[in-house]
Amino acid sequence: MNTIENLTSPAPAALVQIRRVRKSFGAHQVLRDVSLEVHAGTVTVLLGPSGSGKSTLLRCVNHLETIDGGRIVVNGELIGYRQTGNKIHEMTPTQTASQRRGIGMVFQRFNLFPHMTALENIVEAPVGVVGRSRAAARERAMTLLARVGLAEFAHHYPAQLSGGQQQRIAIARALAMEPRVMLFDEPTSALDPELVGDVLDVMKELARDGMTMIVVTHEIGFARSVADQVVFMDGGVVVEAGPPSQLIDDPQRQRTRAFLESVM
Amino acid sequence: MTVIAPPQGSQRLSNADDVDAVPRRHPWRWSGAVALLVILALFLYSVVTNPNLDLVTIGRFVADKRILVGVGLTVLITLIAMVVSTLLAVLLAAMRLSKNPVLSGAAWFYVWIFRGTPQIVQIVLWGYLGLLYQKLTLGIPLTEIVFWQVDTNDLINAFVAGTLALTLNQAAYSSEIVRAGMISVDDGQREAAYSLGMSPVYTLRRVLLPQAMRMIIPPMGNETISMMKSTSLLMVIAVPEVYTAATAISAQNLKQVEMLVVASIWYLFMTTVLSIPQYYLERRYGRGSSHALPPTPLQRLRRVLDRSKPGVEPAPPTQTTKVIAE
Repeated sequence: MNTIENLTSPAPAALVQIRRVRKSFGAHQVLRDVSLEVHAGTVTVLLGPSGSGKSTLLRCVNHLETIDGGRIVVNGELIGYRQTGNKIHEMTPTQTASQRRGIGMVFQRFNLFPHMTALENIVEAPVGVVGRSRAAARERAMTLLARVGLAEFAHHYPAQLSGGQQQRIAIARALAMEPRVMLFDEPTSALDPELVGDVLDVMKELARDGMTMIVVTHEIGFARSVADQVVFMDGGVVVEAGPPSQLIDDPQRQRTRAFLESVM
Repeated sequence: MTVIAPPQGSQRLSNADDVDAVPRRHPWRWSGAVALLVILALFLYSVVTNPNLDLVTIGRFVADKRILVGVGLTVLITLIAMVVSTLLAVLLAAMRLSKNPVLSGAAWFYVWIFRGTPQIVQIVLWGYLGLLYQKLTLGIPLTEIVFWQVDTNDLINAFVAGTLALTLNQAAYSSEIVRAGMISVDDGQREAAYSLGMSPVYTLRRVLLPQAMRMIIPPMGNETISMMKSTSLLMVIAVPEVYTAATAISAQNLKQVEMLVVASIWYLFMTTVLSIPQYYLERRYGRGSSHALPPTPLQRLRRVLDRSKPGVEPAPPTQTTKVIAE
């Protein structure tokens, strides 16, 4: 285990610590020295124009993307790497897989497994990865399905469900692993406008229940009402961060103001 | 928003509007069918009355012991070759998709060799393996240590050589089918599996392969049928499968055409039986697909039988609906 001892931040230590992360795709630098902290039980919303690096940053948190430098620590564990001196070495896929169990992710395109029913989608990882009993996993899955308001769709295949329903099942699937933190990568961007509300309602309820969440979204209304911290990114750097009352209603930087005016 | 105005002056519905639609007649379909049936009847008549075609011989040899043994061998070789070549194909496809250039290069080279040379040449070559290597040895290279050694011709008899040739050749074709199936699965599936803490192997087994199967099964059904027929090529190295057996018999009784008919009857029967599992596999892996699944042979049969039974009652006559447009 890679427990980081000398934390410089004041106690209690942040659940997710992103420190000076750098990342390039070829010659294009997507993340330039990004640092960010997310405390347990809080909601962080990442805003920014497309290509600003916010989705990439999110995907680095559960190591779907490698990083070129810096460190990402979740719940005291360095994610995807082992540190020796001032170098970090990438771990094996199996080691990374076990770290990812504690980090749930919800995708823009839902990515439900199309050959499994809603229930099978939710049960698969708890049974196959953690080794829970099928009966216990099914019971928990039914509770989660009820929580996202889709109990009667347990035996439907994804193709038989609307986008909004699929996304709520994807949320339930991620929650079944009992993650410490949930990552949402533009969860409502692929939905018909009338279905966005249902998904946002589920997310709001999660936030109320104290789930730690990092959300990449263009829903300014959601950010304003739910976020504890709003982060505006552009060109691979954090331009400005703060509570919604400050960042959304009274942005300090010209770039932030221009972006907010264009989306609101 | 455009508002569609009610049509002017056509609100009154009269009996003149209550007409029945008659489907278009198809006289050419009927005349075409009749012409074909006449040609077919003439052909059958010429076959049955042909003094050069000995139907009695066909009847006698269709269940001849040598033929039946040949049929068994054909089925056995087809099954072994398909199962082993499919496993090999998954390995080759995984190698080909690997980021390691040596692995993907090796897989490419394999496909290049086996797809680029005629199958019959490969079969004869495996039959002659003993000319190339007199002995096959399992030991530590460059030392005198030998665990196991065998004379090539003892191990690689005609059956083994033939099965090996068909398996290795088929693996090259199947690997491309498997690879196409794997590529067809959206990359988001892998990411979703990884984000749930699944390992790469688990992801492949539970998430990617089952989805790839939907793309893989129809062409693999084709390949299986093609394999069954390709076993006849093994005649060149004297594997006593059904075609070899038929030719051997015709060499004795000089009934060449009759024995070819016997072999053809068996090939037709076997390929028909072989195409049945495909329906069930397609349905198994088609779960969750929005496309309608093909009916199984059983369902088709039931549908045909149901056709003779009285169907659902005809719908009640349509009633004129009053259009309110005032």
